Order: sequence, then structure tokens, then C-alpha cells
Amino acid sequence: MHRRRTFASPVLWVGLLFATLLLRMDALKPLLHRAFPGVEPVIYDRDSFLALFLSQLGLVAVGSLATSLVGVALAVFVTRPAGRDFRAIVNALATVGQTFPPAAVLAIAVPMVGFGARPTVIALFLYGLLPIIENAVAGLEGVPHGVREAADGMGLSAWQRLCQVDLPLAAPVILAGIRVSVTIAIGTATIGSTVGALTLGTPIFDGLVANKLPFVLEGAALVALFAIFTDMLFARFEQWLRPAAD
Amino acid sequence: MIEIDKIIKSYGDRRVVDRLSLTIGTGELCVLLGSSGCGKSTTLRMINRLIPIDSGSIRVGGEDVGLVSAETLRRHIGYAIQSIGLFPHWTIEDNIATVPRLLKWRESRVRDRVSELLELFRLDPPTYRSKYPHQLSGGEQQRVGVARSLAADPELLLMDEPFAAIDPITRDTLQAELAHIHRTTGKTIVFVTHDIDEALRLATVIAIMDRGRIVQLGTPSDILEHPANDFVRDFVGRQGLGLKLLSVRRIADRLRSGETAEGEPLALDASLAEALSAMTARHTDRLPVCDAEGRKIGVIALGDFVR
Repeated sequence: MHRRRTFASPVLWVGLLFATLLLRMDALKPLLHRAFPGVEPVIYDRDSFLALFLSQLGLVAVGSLATSLVGVALAVFVTRPAGRDFRAIVNALATVGQTFPPAAVLAIAVPMVGFGARPTVIALFLYGLLPIIENAVAGLEGVPHGVREAADGMGLSAWQRLCQVDLPLAAPVILAGIRVSVTIAIGTATIGSTVGALTLGTPIFDGLVANKLPFVLEGAALVALFAIFTDMLFARFEQWLRPAAD
Repeated sequence: MIEIDKIIKSYGDRRVVDRLSLTIGTGELCVLLGSSGCGKSTTLRMINRLIPIDSGSIRVGGEDVGLVSAETLRRHIGYAIQSIGLFPHWTIEDNIATVPRLLKWRESRVRDRVSELLELFRLDPPTYRSKYPHQLSGGEQQRVGVARSLAADPELLLMDEPFAAIDPITRDTLQAELAHIHRTTGKTIVFVTHDIDEALRLATVIAIMDRGRIVQLGTPSDILEHPANDFVRDFVGRQGLGLKLLSVRRIADRLRSGETAEGEPLALDASLAEALSAMTARHTDRLPVCDAEGRKIGVIALGDFVR
């Protein structure tokens, strides 16, 4: 029963498809030649797709880790008695970060920190903050009043209540926010290629500049699979996290 | 012993607790009784400092509650509330073990204490230990809630309408269990409720509150027989007063020692209300009474009720 479910799982299939395309895109050469006669080379060859993917994975990991840590910390702060007054400000700042187009963040960041990975990580950080803060605040405030009162009444310190009660109970909602943020970050990171970061967006932009449609398709397909696969992994993780309370 | 001395609590212009003083002796079960907004919960929560006092003082066992850290204070005072507040992500065992673990008890001692409490509340330890709160009924959850408040064996127990959200039949059982625990452990309990019948049933002393003050302080039968003013008279209910009196009077007060009668005997510490109920059901006006060991020691007769 369990085995069958593993094989029927879309996570596995999407993961396999992603890995195959990542490593063996050249297998599609005949097909692409037929679809785009006269384009040469038909497979992006300035970097390996694996290297591009690993570079993007690094950018997303650093950006999302920073966003998650800062976002959850801010959410914890504004839901404690001491930080309640800052709640509106933090929310406003996060909303501004979200409405600011990532391309604009890159344009502003490049003169300050130079080309490459750094401006990209800054854009990912700012752009991903809002969903994490919003969800973490909702999750922390969703802890039932009676549970909080009981925790205080039994003599848990503020720190003990946070670590043993508030955060574990808010975890599924916080994780949902991180999931949204990471998925956004994967898409957003591709724009980093315009300022010299290596990502799966690089073939897309090179393809657009050199008018080579196959490059665009290859990059886009891989980015999409990357995002879908990651989202599915998060869904799995959420499922695994929830039954702990059931 | 709890000594509450002229405590005041205001929210803005509204004085919720108004120069309230109250002394509760060791082993008493003191019920703070009043309608919502009378300041009874606020008073309770000032004892374990969940709400800070504006002025006045509270001493528990002679020590001012403001002089120890709030955490230390609360770990030595049991606390049970209407919403129960079990930690949904922890097993029943972990929930009950909360305070003992905060107090760094040895794990084997914690385990033994959890078993002991589960048995006390008639929850089979092997079955319930590893369950999660949502797998329990409301009544079972509140049993665990009360067990949790008793876990570290505190001298003082604060209970804020713990049975208010529980169905009447289960509530009845839980009240009986609490009365039993109070009798056998001799703990001091401060119990908040708006339910006059619950107060009459459980209390050794009742403080009736209105607008942040104590209107009358007395035993259940004091309150029923000598209400201090019209507010108390209205609160305890003018109708059905006689029946309420029967529920707080014990057979022991009206016993005819040495006489005998036919039938299943009643317990000496049962209420006259229970005796009346038994007589009505059995179509008789005399029933035998037995002591705690089951020996028939006398008779209760219908005429004795109105003496």
C-alpha cells in the first residue's frame, strides 16, 4: 500500500522529469532541430544546466533563509507585548518590499553592491518578506487564547512559551508562508540574470537577446519544474508536520 | 492561607476591583460568586499575578506574591480555566507533566505522578497517557486540565469557571470529583463561578461579589438563610430557596439517632435534597441512615426537614 503510493506520487515523477532535463537536455536535440530548423546550437551550451541550477539554488537558499529568519523574528517581535506597537510599521515596510518590483530593486542595488549574486539576493530578500511575516503573525496570533493563558498560568517563562508552545503550534502556518516565499523567490531569481547572476534565467535572457527561442524554452521549462518540484516538497513536509498534532 | 488586602484594579476610569479584602483559611474551598463583570476572575488572576495589582497586597502563606518572580509563584499555584488550554501538540502525559518538568523533577517521579493523577481522575493510564487532547471528550479534557493543575502538588489551586463549558451530567461528576479531592487532600482552593448551585455544592465559604467588592462572605447556609441585602437575595434566587437550603444541609444535622427504618440506607453526609429525592422516589417518609462504615446509625424523617 505504502509502496504503491510512493510510485503513484507526482512528486517522484516531477522530480525525475526535472533531473532528466537538467542532466540530459541534449537528448531533445533531434526534436528541437526539427521544431526550430536553422537554429544552431539548439541546446544552450555556455554553461551546463546543472551549474546554472546549482547557482540559482544557492541564491534562493541564501535569500529565503535570510527572509525566513528575519521574517519570523519580526513576526515574533510584533506579537510580543513589547513589540505590539511596531506591528503596523513592520507590516507597512513588508508591503512596500512586496510592491517594489524586483527589477527596480536590482536597478537600485547594482550601483551600491555591484553586479552578480549580491543584488539578486537583496531583491529576493525584500520580495519574499511579506508572505513570511504575514503568515507568521497569523500563525502566532492563531494560538488559542486558552492555551496561552494556561501556559502563562503554569509558570512557563516568555521564552519557554515561545519555543514550546507558540512556535510549534504556529509552525504549519509559518511553513505555508515560507513555501509561498520560496516559490516566488525561484521565479524572481531568474531576473537576477540581467545583472550577471548565474541562474536558469540566463538561457532565457541570452535567448531573448540572440533571438534563440529554444534557449528561452529550455530555461523556462527548467525554472517552472524547479518551482513546482520545490512546492511539492514543501507540501510533503507540511503533511509530515501536521500529523504530529493529530 | 491567602490574605488579600485592599486590592484595587482599574482599566482606564473603570474600577474592576475596588479595595477588596478577603482572608481565606488553609483548606477552605472559597467560591468567588457573581455575575460577569463583577471582578471575580480579575481577583483570581491577581493572586497568581496574571493581572498586575494597582494597589494593595496579596499574601499567600504569609509571603507577598509580588516579592517572588511570577514564574516561580505560578509553578507553585495550580491553575485551571474554563477553556482548559491543554497543549494540543503534546500528549496527555506531557500536558500533565508540564509543571513537574518545569520544576525539574526526575523523569521517573514525573511518570509516577502522571499515573497517580490519571487514576485519581479515573482515566486508565496505559490508554490515556499517550493520547492527544483532541482525542478526548470535553469532560475528559477538563479532567486532564484539573489533573495538570494538581501535578506538582501545589498547596493552592485557582480555578476559573472550570466546569462552565461542560455538559450538565459530566459537570455533576466533575464537581463530585473535585469535592472529593478537596476533602481528601485538604488543599486550599479558590474557585470562580457565576453558578449559584455550583457554589452551594462545592464551597466551604462563599464570597458574593458585585462591582468589584464583596457583598457578603459566609458559609453556603449563612448566605441562604441570612442574605445581607436585596442584591444577595436576588442573586441566590427568591424562588426555590427552600430547595437550595435542602441541598446545603446535611442529613447529619437532622438525624434521629438510634431509631430504625426499612430500606436502602442513605449516607450520613448526603444532603437533605438527596434524602428528599430518595423519599419521593421510594414513596416513604422515613429512611435509614448509615455512617461511613455502612453501619445503620439512625433515621431521617420527612418532618425533620422543616424543623
